[in-house]
Amino acid sequence: MSPRAAHPPVPAATDPALIRNFCIIAHIDHGKSTLADRMLQITGVVADRDMRAQYLDRMDIERERGITIKSQAVRMPWELGGTGYALNMIDTPGHVDFSYEVSRSLAACEGAILLVDAAQGIEAQTLANLYLALENDLEIIPVLNKIDLPAAEPEKYARELADLIGGSPDDVLRVSGKTGMGVEDLLDRVVERIPAPKGNADAPARAMIFDSVYDSYRGVVTYVRMVDGQLNPRERIQMMSTKATHEILEIGVSSPEPTPTKGLGVGEVGYLITGVKDVRQSKVGDTVTTLAKSATEPLAGYTEPLPMVFSGLYPIDGSDYPELREALDKLKLSDAALVYEPETSVALGFGFRCGFLGLLHLEIVTERLRREFDLDIIATAPSVVYEVTTEDKKSVTVTNPSEFPTGGKIAEVREPIVKAAILAPKDYVGTIMELCQSRRGTLLGMEYLGEDRVEIRYNMPLGEIVFDFFDNLKSKTAGYASLDYEPAGDQAADLVKVDILLQGEQVDAFSAIVHRDKAYAYGVLMTGRLRELIPRQQFEVPIQAAIGARIIARESIRAIRKDVLAKCYGGDITRKRKLLEKQKEGKKRMKMVGRVEVPQEAFIAALSGETEKKDAKK
Amino acid sequence: MAGPLPIADPAPADGLLPASATTDAASRAFGVYLHVPFCRVRCGYCDFNTYTSGELRGARQEDFADQAAAEVRFARDVLEASGAPDRAASTVFFGGGTPTLLPAADLVRMLGAVRDAFGIAEGAEVTTEANPDSVDADDLRRLADGGFTRVSFGMQSAVPHVLAALDRTHDPARVPLVVGWAREAGLDVSLDLIYGTPGETLADWRTSLAAVIAERPDHVSAYALIVEDGTKLARQIRRGELATPDEDLEADMYELADDLLGRAGYEWYEVSNWATDAAHRSRHNLGYWRGDDWWGVGPGAHSHVGGVRWWNAKHPAAYAERLASGISPAVGRETLDHATRETERVLLATRIREGVEVSSLHAGGRHAVAGLIADGLVDARTALAGKLTLTRRGRLLADAVVRRLLETVIE
Repeated sequence: MSPRAAHPPVPAATDPALIRNFCIIAHIDHGKSTLADRMLQITGVVADRDMRAQYLDRMDIERERGITIKSQAVRMPWELGGTGYALNMIDTPGHVDFSYEVSRSLAACEGAILLVDAAQGIEAQTLANLYLALENDLEIIPVLNKIDLPAAEPEKYARELADLIGGSPDDVLRVSGKTGMGVEDLLDRVVERIPAPKGNADAPARAMIFDSVYDSYRGVVTYVRMVDGQLNPRERIQMMSTKATHEILEIGVSSPEPTPTKGLGVGEVGYLITGVKDVRQSKVGDTVTTLAKSATEPLAGYTEPLPMVFSGLYPIDGSDYPELREALDKLKLSDAALVYEPETSVALGFGFRCGFLGLLHLEIVTERLRREFDLDIIATAPSVVYEVTTEDKKSVTVTNPSEFPTGGKIAEVREPIVKAAILAPKDYVGTIMELCQSRRGTLLGMEYLGEDRVEIRYNMPLGEIVFDFFDNLKSKTAGYASLDYEPAGDQAADLVKVDILLQGEQVDAFSAIVHRDKAYAYGVLMTGRLRELIPRQQFEVPIQAAIGARIIARESIRAIRKDVLAKCYGGDITRKRKLLEKQKEGKKRMKMVGRVEVPQEAFIAALSGETEKKDAKK
Repeated sequence: MAGPLPIADPAPADGLLPASATTDAASRAFGVYLHVPFCRVRCGYCDFNTYTSGELRGARQEDFADQAAAEVRFARDVLEASGAPDRAASTVFFGGGTPTLLPAADLVRMLGAVRDAFGIAEGAEVTTEANPDSVDADDLRRLADGGFTRVSFGMQSAVPHVLAALDRTHDPARVPLVVGWAREAGLDVSLDLIYGTPGETLADWRTSLAAVIAERPDHVSAYALIVEDGTKLARQIRRGELATPDEDLEADMYELADDLLGRAGYEWYEVSNWATDAAHRSRHNLGYWRGDDWWGVGPGAHSHVGGVRWWNAKHPAAYAERLASGISPAVGRETLDHATRETERVLLATRIREGVEVSSLHAGGRHAVAGLIADGLVDARTALAGKLTLTRRGRLLADAVVRRLLETVIE
């Protein structure tokens, strides 16, 4: 119990006027989790001795990367002017891949703390989420964090924030999540400034799902924000999008451990457990109502998660395929956005074509497969969704280059485009514009933020961004630039499929859909990589890049001329035989492309760009 | 070849062989190999089981002949007790190391032990390896008088900078002298060459081949340099002090050797060996490739009798200790099953001109023949006549040929 809240409101019986629902908008590394930890400590919901750094970020990967993937909500008591309040802090994912989840978290709040590192200023990601928050009419509390750092420039960035959201630089609070300095004032400010939630206690129950988390012991834990009415234990509920009904086995609030309550009323934030085992049965953005007294209108804003980026995932050891399937089936339970179907590749064997919200989502899934399921996997180059119209007016949706219609019958190819916002110190404007132009970007506008930082906005093909844009942007700006993007429809583009052929045989994993102007560069890159990586064969192996039947780049691997062991006398025979047996064993791991034997590692290295010199000996 | 020895069964202390090893021994030739594990200096490329005087840990060169003689007697007893028929040695080969670091009298004494234990067959081939700077005319005469018929000189190259890169100490000018002395003593002569040494050019190699041909030896061996892990040469290459041998250059060098030796009247009979005629092929080495029996005497020596292979303790001190305690010096042994013997047969016979009978191959191997002909790896005419003989291209890619022939046998 907090020393500052002697009489905290009780869940299920809290006057909405005493509730404050808020989230923290911050860039990765700007200290959101540390600040949240400090709030938990100061409000007394986590005893000092139980405090572990970044309490709310539970997954290892989150902790390591300092980013929050899955949000949660914590109820904290706070007292101001002799009145006890219930503060619900809703933790939001910070990355663009999860912008839909972010938008639902924001919709669950009335206010947001805009948290900015006092040494770095605001980043593109934060700006994007700030726009979302303002769109949702949230009250914004600007805060500079890390003011204890020697490099902090609070005056400068307070002005930047004031310029951005209006008001005076003096309104910008200054805190240190690390030392706790200013955090009590911030909690007071939350109570004072953020409006209380409004809702109709007598109307049919409507609660918005803002998160849905799979727990291997308890099944799916659904986080909701009550809007109207009340939800109670043992009640039958209905999901308004699917009409599926479940019974509430447990209802409660997190503070921060799950604590069962007698129910949840208007404006409250808490969790439901119904015993379902798959997060798809409890979808973020959906409206929960009761079966007995159903609401007629769902809450606005629900959409199905739409995969934007596709990649083939293959086990490096082909015999792990069943394990990979099982692992994906399990991940799916906790990741509503992950989609996949079996796929076969000449080069990589059996695997799955997977759809992701974005590149980070892809990275998180592959990392979880490695870490939680101990699987060695390789991901093919990410691809986006193309709409291809053939001359006979058929429309084909292409998520994999192999689906790209062949022959000359293509009337039009449409590719997804995004609005990208890049924030960087002004010195890098030229470099960034050059990069964006080279990736077929169209400049939308440019604005100065404060004295020395610029926001540059571009329309760009998503396909260009998923290739290696972000890595390039970071390396060309010494890490200073930050990027955010949002879907902005599609456009027709002169796109072609480039195939890579080994001795005339197509190697599917290397086919790519690229702009015609980039086709040659891609062909040269991939043929060059493969020439370095594929061991010499007994015959010359041409490596070609082709658009349809037209060869655009060519390399060749010269035939091996000598592989005989010069000496084979009495003492050599046993070792020689063992070596032969080992080669036989090794051959099982070889992939055959026509007559060409290619070690799986060569394909993997070529895909990942790790071009090491091949071992000349077999 | 580098690398640890394979995991194998422990060798029995009494050295006795299973009946399967000796039942049809009478159909196989029997040879004796004596490994003399001493060198004056260790050459940078060498990973053989050999020791300079500083590395002997109490083992003494002068005791070696007696120890080897003791193993020869042990060999006779084991073969007899295992039910092998009496077979005189049809070949004896002294290798190393540098056998001629020992006095000629020691070598002759060891040969005498073989004669006493097994007998030496009429017309047997008795060879010793020698460094050009480790023998003189007297040594060679004494060896010939003692029963040796052949000497194989480790010439390696006729080009000083190549010899230096190999750490070879002899003066190239000594080669004609020692060959002349061997001839005078009535010995057949083989010259050994190494190609592909870092820094060696095709022109250097041509010089060495010309020097060899000028000496008119009966037999020539030419080995591509193998960079073995753990050798000084491997370290020098890793540190970038010497260039990695280039396989394409080595292929060019092999082809040049085959051209020049062929033009000079030598004919290949094994991938790395050429002789003036069938009578001058190394019968001892052919025994290895034909799957004959041999007993390897000395530290680290390998033996084979009827599908059983074993190898001795490597260090001369450990070797001597075991013999002195009356137990077999062998420390590892493997008894090959039928499939493994077949693998070895194809792997070895493919290397020699005699080749592999097509009819002896497993169905999978026979199936591979057409492809080998099409790829120019085996000679079409002899294949049609029922025998697989490698073309020159096939000799350079012999390991690939073996893999293709064995694809279905091993699986």
